[in-house]
Amino acid sequence: MIELRNVSKWYGSFQVLTDCSSSIRKGEVVVICGPSGSGKSTLIKTINALEPFQQGEITVDGVPLHDPKTNLPQLRARVGMVFQHFELFPHLSVTENLTLAQMKVLGRSADEANKHGLKYLERVGLLAQKDKFPGQLSGGQQQRVAIARALSMDPIVMLFDEPTSALDPEMVGEVLDVMVKLANEGMTMCCVTHEMGFARKVSHRVIFMDQGRIVEDCSKAEFFDHPEARSPRAKEFLSKILAN
Amino acid sequence: MLSLDLSFYNWELFTSYILKGLLFSVQLTVIATLGGIVFGTFLALMRLSGKPTLVYPATFYINTMRSIPLVMVILWFFLLIPMLIGRPIGADLSATITFIAFEAAFFSEIVRAGIQSVPKGQAYAAEALGMTYGQNMRLIILPQAFRNMIPVFMTQTIILFQDTSLVYAIGAYDLLKGFEIAGKNYGRPIETYILAAFTYFIICFSLSKVVRKIHTKVAIIR
Repeated sequence: MIELRNVSKWYGSFQVLTDCSSSIRKGEVVVICGPSGSGKSTLIKTINALEPFQQGEITVDGVPLHDPKTNLPQLRARVGMVFQHFELFPHLSVTENLTLAQMKVLGRSADEANKHGLKYLERVGLLAQKDKFPGQLSGGQQQRVAIARALSMDPIVMLFDEPTSALDPEMVGEVLDVMVKLANEGMTMCCVTHEMGFARKVSHRVIFMDQGRIVEDCSKAEFFDHPEARSPRAKEFLSKILAN
Repeated sequence: MLSLDLSFYNWELFTSYILKGLLFSVQLTVIATLGGIVFGTFLALMRLSGKPTLVYPATFYINTMRSIPLVMVILWFFLLIPMLIGRPIGADLSATITFIAFEAAFFSEIVRAGIQSVPKGQAYAAEALGMTYGQNMRLIILPQAFRNMIPVFMTQTIILFQDTSLVYAIGAYDLLKGFEIAGKNYGRPIETYILAAFTYFIICFSLSKVVRKIHTKVAIIR
């Protein structure tokens, strides 16, 4: 469903991504991990063209992103994204957050958008908060609304960019629960995260990045159960992250 | 010792001299504020577009307007436009156009700061939902930017209201002019100018009180 071929990106003369190639199949859950500054967030943002790239090719559901003729807003409407800092729209109520893009981008009627949005709000367990504003919710609740907002666009794939990194530890669980549920329902997911517990539990594949390169791209079992076969950098990362 | 005669401070003074000027000053302030915000927003978007063909003209316009004293712009406009279009335009219309053009430059800088005060992630989020640049600006960025900027907008409007008195240069009948003419007719210029100062003070001071109240009310909870 998603194909990346030799994607490279530079900020000025500084290369942030080097020859990144991978693919994500329908229904697959892929976790991208690696030390900070390794380019994972940048890579995931190239998948819906929020970050431009200078070399290589990305196709999402057959649509080539590198083609200047591609209608990017149209493509992005089909790719759900959840951000580290939630990015709910603070001037709109929870319900308006859920329905705005459905109406303006997908052209749904207010009724339809409402019904659809509230269905997902219920699924993340926050129906009671529908009339509140984002500022009145906890971080964990905001992130769950953000997930519901992305889902109400009926995306073909969900991208998560460190969805739990900005949360208080006690709120990480509620967000991960929603993500696990989503994965079990067969949603195609690509998650940048440090939550190795989540990776072990639901992911199919793990991509490990370092210094803008994809160093490891292997099944979950291989990644976690055979650390001896991993590259030195991944081994080091694993030993540190699994120690605690 | 200065002896003041305040006996002519009455309703008739207000209705026959002041009211007309007050209405024009208020009208000019409101129109220039609205027009300035609309055109200022376009200028701000041009400046932030990153496209040289839009950035340079907007920057040139803003810097020019901001470096010339307003009274000169008023005068030049009043003298130049008739030469360009071949017929005179009234002082009122000339003043209105000038103030919109001038205030656009100032409001554009306020709007620009307002847009930049909205976290970058908000634009990302709107984009990720498939919104176009126009939808993003109209529905997400500008509403937040304007809310953040309301106090500054209002402060600028208070300054603008005071600046409307500069239309004396082209002989338009504004609030100050009303007092001036009344002073001449009653033969009491000092008393009328004192009243004029007091009037401007009351209006502007109460407006700034309102701004302070609003400031705490409109802040967006994040």
